[in-house]
Amino acid sequence: MASNSGYEKYKSDGSLLGNVLEWFDARFPATSLWRGHLAEYYAPKNFNFWYFFGSLAIVVLAIQLTTGIFLVMFYKPDAALNANGVPAAFASVEYIMRDVNWGWLIRYMHSTGASAFFIVVYLHMFRGMLYGSYRKPRELIWVFGVLIFLVLMAEAFMGYLLPWGQMSFWGAQVIVNLFSAIPLIGDPLSLWIRGDYVIGDATLNRFFSFHVIAVPLALLGLVAAHVMALHEVGSNNPDGIEIKEHLDEKGIPLDGVPFHPYYTVKDIVGVVVFAIVFAGVVFFAPEGGGYFLEYNNFFPADPLKTPPHIAPVWYFTPFYSILRAVVWPIFGIDAKFWGVVAMGASVMIIAFLPWLDRSPAKSIRYRGPIYKSFLAVFVVAFLTLGYLGTQPPSPASELISQICSLIYFGFFLAMPWYSKIDKCKPVPERVTF
Amino acid sequence: MKTRMLKSFLTAILLLPLAVFAAGGAHLDRAPDVQGDQAALQNGARLFVNYCLNCHGMSFVRYKRLTELGLNEQQVQDNLMFSADKIGEPMRVAARTGEQKLWFGAAPPDLSLVARARASADGSGADWLYTYLRSFHRDAQRPTGWNNTLFPNVGMPHVLWELQGQPEFDATAKKIVPGVPGQLSEAEYDKQVADLVGFLVWAAEPSAAFRRQVGVGVLLFLLVLFGVSYALKKEFWKDIK
Repeated sequence: MASNSGYEKYKSDGSLLGNVLEWFDARFPATSLWRGHLAEYYAPKNFNFWYFFGSLAIVVLAIQLTTGIFLVMFYKPDAALNANGVPAAFASVEYIMRDVNWGWLIRYMHSTGASAFFIVVYLHMFRGMLYGSYRKPRELIWVFGVLIFLVLMAEAFMGYLLPWGQMSFWGAQVIVNLFSAIPLIGDPLSLWIRGDYVIGDATLNRFFSFHVIAVPLALLGLVAAHVMALHEVGSNNPDGIEIKEHLDEKGIPLDGVPFHPYYTVKDIVGVVVFAIVFAGVVFFAPEGGGYFLEYNNFFPADPLKTPPHIAPVWYFTPFYSILRAVVWPIFGIDAKFWGVVAMGASVMIIAFLPWLDRSPAKSIRYRGPIYKSFLAVFVVAFLTLGYLGTQPPSPASELISQICSLIYFGFFLAMPWYSKIDKCKPVPERVTF
Repeated sequence: MKTRMLKSFLTAILLLPLAVFAAGGAHLDRAPDVQGDQAALQNGARLFVNYCLNCHGMSFVRYKRLTELGLNEQQVQDNLMFSADKIGEPMRVAARTGEQKLWFGAAPPDLSLVARARASADGSGADWLYTYLRSFHRDAQRPTGWNNTLFPNVGMPHVLWELQGQPEFDATAKKIVPGVPGQLSEAEYDKQVADLVGFLVWAAEPSAAFRRQVGVGVLLFLLVLFGVSYALKKEFWKDIK
């Protein structure tokens, strides 16, 4: 439906504006883009609450890009100490907060936006798991989505170094050091990433470059691919059935509505509700209880003073817990290396969901009790891992995160078996609305 | 019965991490909130300039910004500017950092953001500062003659000792007891510390009050916008059966 052919070109009604539009449309696929992606893109009419987060992710991306552009006008990626003995990068952030007109608003929107991005994306991914949105023919949408998630993690990690506070510095030090656990190439690799023996000015400048240019470009490209792939096959829905299987005489899905205006007006409501929550944080709790802006990060980076407890930002903590849960050296290689492997695998394994799931029903509505229980336990394990990742390590937390890591991987690896034997309910022909 | 057992099992799993990590940090006294009290904040600025600014800079705050505490530029220049010529200059430290490092073993940190940086799960940054400045006691073992129960072996001596006096540490009772009295009673001293901490909280984010003010307007606008957008959605969707 979204391909560039198949739509008639715009015909002028003889007016000047009509002539200009006809000239334009003959040289650019304006009509086909508009009709294919919006006015005649038919989306299932039964979208529920969970379907707001895709459009919200685009809204947050727009917030991050626009606020980021203005931050770069005043931010200085410079680790050298200024006349007052404060690193220039740290001082430039406070300059934005205090001396730039409305700078505090721009900065808080960007820092809150980072956490909001992950909240929205996690909920968006969970929607996919609830309704089987990754199942055939939408495997590629899901794979693009996992790549977006990966790239987003890189973007957030590098952006977090830029304020050059204690947590920025030591968080980056810990994470980049992980690469040194790789046998043979580890040490030169981490040196190459940092550009120095410790996190320093070279690291700050290259992370800045990646954060504002390279990674956002990759992100935009992947988002475009994600949306194009979606519009090629059409959206899934809470019933997990194909609306294209029931068409009217014109070939339009009986259970579909044009994306515009129906879902544009509906998504605007979602955007406004999101904006209310977002503004609540930006204006009344910009630190997010120490989770969105870590308190320790209000101390400037000090390479000589290691903080007693280095915690990554909340959105990394589930995966960080999996990393810490691996404490056994295998094949004579450091446990840290296997932790890194486990952490990498815990993200990559998400991409394989379309091929792990063998259930006859896509949607949670028609799946049996086994899948529902597995999913519930998985969610509890994931949240527990996230909580433990914010806390200092202890023997008890180590054991709990090992159990939760097993549950995490078990959910994926055992899925071909338990999703197949589950007792599903009959799936209806048409959507419930 | 089964569901109840399942429920309590799930609750136990969810609460387990909390139980494991229930071990708390230091106990902090709650700092009184003086943000709405201009006289208190002005007094805090006076205390900061007279007692703290000799060693600690506040390099992200310009003197001009102190006019937001209800003072005019002349008042700031006459009463609070001892080491700067122009009102647009930041509140820099008078002493040189090299010498300070020699005296105290470490350069005293810039205090622009201390009220935000010292926040933790135990309490706000204000609570930490309020407790810290009331936890000094005499200690003959330390080079400065002072120690602190919240920040053991701190490099800073008790700068406010003239006001508070010289408390002693009772090792058997493990608590601070009054020693040589100072110029102020305990309640008066606590009030002065509360004002000073209030000033540090203000300085950590001078736009905080304005931020909340703007936020109220933004939320009111968004609530109206929600009504409009919801009505629009209802209008469009009423034909979809």
